[in-house]
Amino acid sequence: MSAKPFLKIDHVDKIFPLGGGKEYVALRDVQLDIKENEIVSIIGHSGCGKSTILNLIAGLDTISNGTILLEDKHILAPGPERAVVFQNHSLLPWLSVYQNIEMAVRKVLGEELSSSEIRDHVMKYIQMVNLDHAKDKYPGEISGGMKQRVGIARALSIEPKVLLMDEPFGALDSLTRANLQDHLMRIQMQTGNTVVIITHDVDEAVLLSDRVIMMTNGPEATIGEILEVNLPRPRNRLELQHNPEYLRCRGAIIEFLYSKFAKEDE
Amino acid sequence: MVSKYSNAVLLPLLLFGIVIAIWSAISAQIPGFPPPSEVWSELLVVLSDPFYNNGAGDQGIALQLGNSLARVFGGFALAIAVGVPVGLLIGMSKNAYTAFNPYIQILKPVSPLAWLPLALFVFKEVNTTAIFVIFVTSIWPIIINTALGVRSVSEDYLNVARVLQLSPFERVFQIILPVAVPFIFTGMRLSLGIAWLVIVAAEMLTGGVGIGFWIWDEYNNLNYSHIIIGIILIGVIGYILDAAMGLIADFFDYRKRGLK
Repeated sequence: MSAKPFLKIDHVDKIFPLGGGKEYVALRDVQLDIKENEIVSIIGHSGCGKSTILNLIAGLDTISNGTILLEDKHILAPGPERAVVFQNHSLLPWLSVYQNIEMAVRKVLGEELSSSEIRDHVMKYIQMVNLDHAKDKYPGEISGGMKQRVGIARALSIEPKVLLMDEPFGALDSLTRANLQDHLMRIQMQTGNTVVIITHDVDEAVLLSDRVIMMTNGPEATIGEILEVNLPRPRNRLELQHNPEYLRCRGAIIEFLYSKFAKEDE
Repeated sequence: MVSKYSNAVLLPLLLFGIVIAIWSAISAQIPGFPPPSEVWSELLVVLSDPFYNNGAGDQGIALQLGNSLARVFGGFALAIAVGVPVGLLIGMSKNAYTAFNPYIQILKPVSPLAWLPLALFVFKEVNTTAIFVIFVTSIWPIIINTALGVRSVSEDYLNVARVLQLSPFERVFQIILPVAVPFIFTGMRLSLGIAWLVIVAAEMLTGGVGIGFWIWDEYNNLNYSHIIIGIILIGVIGYILDAAMGLIADFFDYRKRGLK
C-alpha cells in the first residue's frame, strides 16, 4: 500500500456556536490518515463526535479549523465521490427500489452511460445486495434490513472513492445486522472501496475493520487510540470467536471504552 | 339484530323521517313556509328543464350552478398558479418566510367578502370581481399548506440531494414536490370547500347569473321553496367537489400508492 494517505484528516476542529457568544467544541485536533481500500471504523460513546467526523468528510457539515483532503483535494462540499449510507437508510419513499438507485446513477453517471447501460448498472448493484426479487417494491413494503441493503447499493452504484457509513446497522436486529455485515465484507472484497464506518458496536468494529479508531468523550473529543486488526480476509464470524487476535482487539476496545474512557449514563 | 350495513341505511333514513316531521311542523306554523311535499314537486320541475335560457334574469338551475362553478374554478386556478410557487418559496427560504409571514397572518383572517367592494371598484365588473374574491379566498390555505409541505421534507432526503449534487431545479422536482404534493392537495381541498361557501354570498352581493343570486332573487320573488332547493343543490355539489378533490389528492399521494 502506498505511503501517501488517500483520505487525510488534518488537525480538524469542529466548533458549534451555541448562541449568546457561547460555543461547543465537539472535536479538537482530530488527525487521521486513511489508506486506499482500507476499512476503518470509528467507535466511541454517544456524544463523542463520531458522526460529526463522518459529516465533515461527507461535506454535509463545515470544518471549523484544519483540512480534510481526499486525494490531495480539499473537501468543501458534499459530492458523489463520498457516498453516504445514512443510519435510517434515507430512501425516497415515492420511488421503488430500482428507481431509488436509478435516480442516483442517472444523476452521477448519466452522461457517460446509455439508457441500457444505466439499466444494467442499476441491476448489477441490486444483484450485489441480492434484491432482484424486490426491485419493483417501494421502501414502505420491505424490511429494515432490505432497506439498508438498498441504501448500500445506492451508495455503491455511484462508484464513490469513499463509502461513508453512519451507524449503518444500528437500527437493525442482531441477526439482520450479522447478515448485512457479511454482505458488506463480501461486497467490499469485490469492489475494493475505501470504507469509513461509524459504530458503537465493539464486535462490528473488530469484524469489519482493518483499523479501529477509538474516540475520547466529548466535549473536545479527539482520537484516543488506534487499533490495528491483523486478521486475514475473508473473515468468518464463527471462526473468529476463539481467535486470539480477535479476542485481543475486542479486549483492547472494551478496555478503552469501559475503563479508560468510561462514561456514566446521561 | 340489524347488521352494520343495514344500520348505515336505516339510521340516516330514521333521521330523515324526523327532519321531515319537524319541517312539516314548522311549515304548519309559519304561513307560506313551503312543506316538504311542495319542495319535492318544485324540485322535479326545476330539474326537469335545467338548461332553459330566457335571457339574463331567467335561466335554468344548471346554468346558474355552472356559472357559479366557473367563477369558483377561475379564482381557484389563479390561486393555485400564484399560491403554489409562493408556498414553495416561503417553505424553502427562511428569509422569504420572514418577509411574507406577517402579511399572510394578517390577511388570512379577513373575510374574502371584505375585498368585494374594493374589487368591484377596481374591476367595475361583477364576474371579474367574483373571481377575484374566490382567488383571495383560496390562496391562503394553498400557500400555507404548500409551505408546510416543503418544510416537512426530511433533512435526510435533502442530504441525499446534496451528496448527489442535485441542482436547485432537480431538488424541487425530485425531492421537495413529491413530499409536498399531498400537502398542496390538502390546501387545495380546503380552499375549494371555502370557495364554494363564499361564492354564494359573493353572488348575492354582485347579482348576475349564479346560484347565490338565484337564491336571493327567489327570496325577492317570494318563492321560498326554491331557496330550499338551492340549499340542497349547493350541498350536493359541495359534497361532490370535496369527494372529487379527495380522490385526486389520493392519486397524487405516494403514501397511498406505495402500499398497495
